This record gives sequence, structure tokens and C-alpha cells, in this order.
Amino acid sequence: MSWKIWSLKKSPWVYHVNTGACNNCDIEIVALLTPKFDVERFGIKLVGSPRHADALLVTGGVTAQAAPRLREVYRQTSKPCVVFCIGACACDKGIFATGYHMVGPVDKIIREIDPNAIIAYVPGCPPKPEAIISGVVKALSVL
Amino acid sequence: MFWILIFPGFLFTVCFGLIASWIVRKVSALVQWRVGPPLFQPFYDVVKLIGKEILVPQEAQKAVFMAAPLVGMAGILLLSTMLWRIAFVPAKPFVGDIIVAIYLMVLPSLALILGSSASASPHAAIGTSREMKLVMGYELSLVLAFIVVIIKTGGTLNLAEIAQNTTVFSISNILAFLVALLCIQAKLGFVPFDIAEAETEVMSGVMVEYSGALLAFWKLTQAIMLVALPLFLVTVFLGGFGAGLAGVLAGLGKYVLVLVLLILIKNTNPRVRIDQAMKFFWVYCGIALVAAIILAITGNYYGIIWL
Repeated sequence: MSWKIWSLKKSPWVYHVNTGACNNCDIEIVALLTPKFDVERFGIKLVGSPRHADALLVTGGVTAQAAPRLREVYRQTSKPCVVFCIGACACDKGIFATGYHMVGPVDKIIREIDPNAIIAYVPGCPPKPEAIISGVVKALSVL
Repeated sequence: MFWILIFPGFLFTVCFGLIASWIVRKVSALVQWRVGPPLFQPFYDVVKLIGKEILVPQEAQKAVFMAAPLVGMAGILLLSTMLWRIAFVPAKPFVGDIIVAIYLMVLPSLALILGSSASASPHAAIGTSREMKLVMGYELSLVLAFIVVIIKTGGTLNLAEIAQNTTVFSISNILAFLVALLCIQAKLGFVPFDIAEAETEVMSGVMVEYSGALLAFWKLTQAIMLVALPLFLVTVFLGGFGAGLAGVLAGLGKYVLVLVLLILIKNTNPRVRIDQAMKFFWVYCGIALVAAIILAITGNYYGIIWL
């Protein structure tokens, strides 16, 4: 394991991207960052710019409007980085699967521009903060 | 060379600063009733940032953008080396070093302004303009506070002599110390005055376009500032380090006291607007400092030591 990945696992800074979610997963992510769950224990910190981020927390099955923005945000993130698909929609478009405006899911859009992207999935509608922590820890432990 | 690179210089100050920034995060966590990050968290952050890709925006003025973090870090590193030297070897000073120290203290802010305005980002532009106004706000009060101490110690500009001759428990000194503490708060970008990098408004403003190793340099600069600026206050206002082991321990105790005061102010206040900050520094701090200067001059004239 290279030292870059080792240190990335010790301090994953996250950037939150909403690509057309119904706001439910977003509220769970915001709840995750409150003092109650204290993710700073694992070095996780919310940052305001994708350039500082090591992990993108993507919610929502990507809409036609959001897809170019998602690609742009992924390009602006400095590599190496991890993409987390949070919620059923981000993993597989969820209940919006047959919507006319859905071009997702997230992994398809990301793989279009970077076939080797590291993508992890946390399903649920919405996933509880505990489930997100568990998913992030599991994904980082196999990295 | 050994002085600059290893012992009180680069390596020692960086480790000390990263531990100090861990203390800041840990105490903030305890205030918010949570566990907080592990001891080596700031080290992990910096190692990770050095390992990451450096992205430079297309429209950025590349040379300035890349050079600014190095300039800022060099300036503050020189200041901290100077202060450690005064703390440990007070016998070998040079004349007028408080003026050099004041100039070196401005250097990181100037570098930040240059670097962020070279990055061609609207968020960084807002952050830059706020940082500039903030620098103009607190710099005046900070220099006035140092003038109080210079008057008290009979016009010497030598930091080692100031540290030895200052009267800590006098009204003017305490007033000047409190104002300088708030100026340092603004210089460090801590919460009531974190207007320039307001995460919730301008997405960490001045640093928004920095990534990878360049961001690591900014983080290291902030860590060194966390050593140098409280140390400067300790040297100027609280009598500095004494001789021998007891003196070093007393000096470190004073440093921790200043650091804890900064953290408590950080955790108990909301962010102010830029106009409120300017008004605070120019009007309220200005009045307090004018009073302190008058008290100091009167005290010197009549020989009353506690004024």
C-alpha cells in the first residue's frame, strides 16, 4: 500500500455534491457531520471546495442538468480521490429509475471521464448516519 | 544552519505547531462534548496533502500562485526562529528587532492576499478583499499595543530587553495585552474574525483554489503561526522565557495560557461581519489603546509602576 493511500485513509476530507437528490440523503449527511456522530474521530472533515477534497459524497441519481456539473466537480477534485454514492438513487437511480430526465446513475457518469475511478456504494432510502459511517469505514479498509 | 533547519527552526517549529493545532481541535471537540481527532491527525493531513495532485486553475497567474505559499511560510518561519532564539539565547540580540518582527508578521497575510488574488476565482476574490480590510483593521491596533510596551520599557526596541524589563501587572500592559490577543485572533483567522475564509459563505475563501502540496504549505504556515504569534505575545507582554529549566517551563506555561485563551474565544463567539470587525478594531480597541498609552506615559513620568 502506498503512503499516499495510507494517509488518505487517515484523513479523508469530504465534499458534498447533490446531483438532484430529494434532500433526504443530504439531511442525513448533515446529521452525520454534527457533534453527535463526531466523524472528526476518523479525521473526516467537511471542506468547502472540491480542490481540498479526498472523497465526494454524491447524493441523487444524476439529472440531465446535473451531469455536466458532476463531471466538472470530479475533474476539479485532486487525485487520488474516492467517490461515495450515498443513497439508493446515487447507487442505481432508485425510485426515479424510469424518469425522462435521469441520465445517471453516478458511477456511469464518473466512469465516462475516469474508467479507473474508485467508487463505493452506501444504499438506503435514505441511509442512516450509522450506515454511512459503516460504509465509509468498510470502503476505506479495502482500499 | 542547525538553528534554522532543525532545533528551533523548521522541524521543531512545525512539529510544535502541528501539536498546537491538534490541541486547538481537541479542545474545541471537548467544548462541543465530543471525542475529537487523534493526536497525529494534523500530521496525517499534511502528509496526505503532500501526496495529492496539484491543480492550478487555467486563468491563474501561475508563478505568483505557486510562490505565495512559500513566501508566507518563509516569513513566519524566520519570525518563529527569531523568537525561539530570543527565548533560549537572550544574550545575542540585534537592535530594533521588534520592528523586524512586526514586518515579518504581516508577510503571511500579504502572501495569502497575493496568492488568492492570483487564483482567478470569484470566491477567492471576495476572500481577498475581506482579508485586506481585516489586515488594515487589526494592524493599527497591534502596532499601537506594541508602542504601549515600548513606552513602558523606556523606549527600547530590543525584544530580549523588553522581555526582561516589562512590568506584566500594570494596567496599561494588561489593556495592551488583551487588545493584542484579539488582533492575534484575527491574524490566525480564528472564529470571531475568520471572515476571510468563512467556510459557510465563501467556501474557505482565500484558499479555495489551492490543492495538494500548496495547500499543505498553507496548513504548515498556519501551524507555525500558531506557535509564533502566541510566543510573540508571551515575549512582549508576559515577560518571556526566563533562564534555565524553570524559565523554559514558565515560558511554555504562558504560551499554553495564551493558546487556551485563543481557543476559548474561538469557541464562544459567532463570526462578525467585516464592517463590525473594522469598527471593533479601530473604534473600541483604538480607544482602549489611547487610554493605555496615556496611562503608560503618565506612569513613566511620575514613576508609578502599576499604571
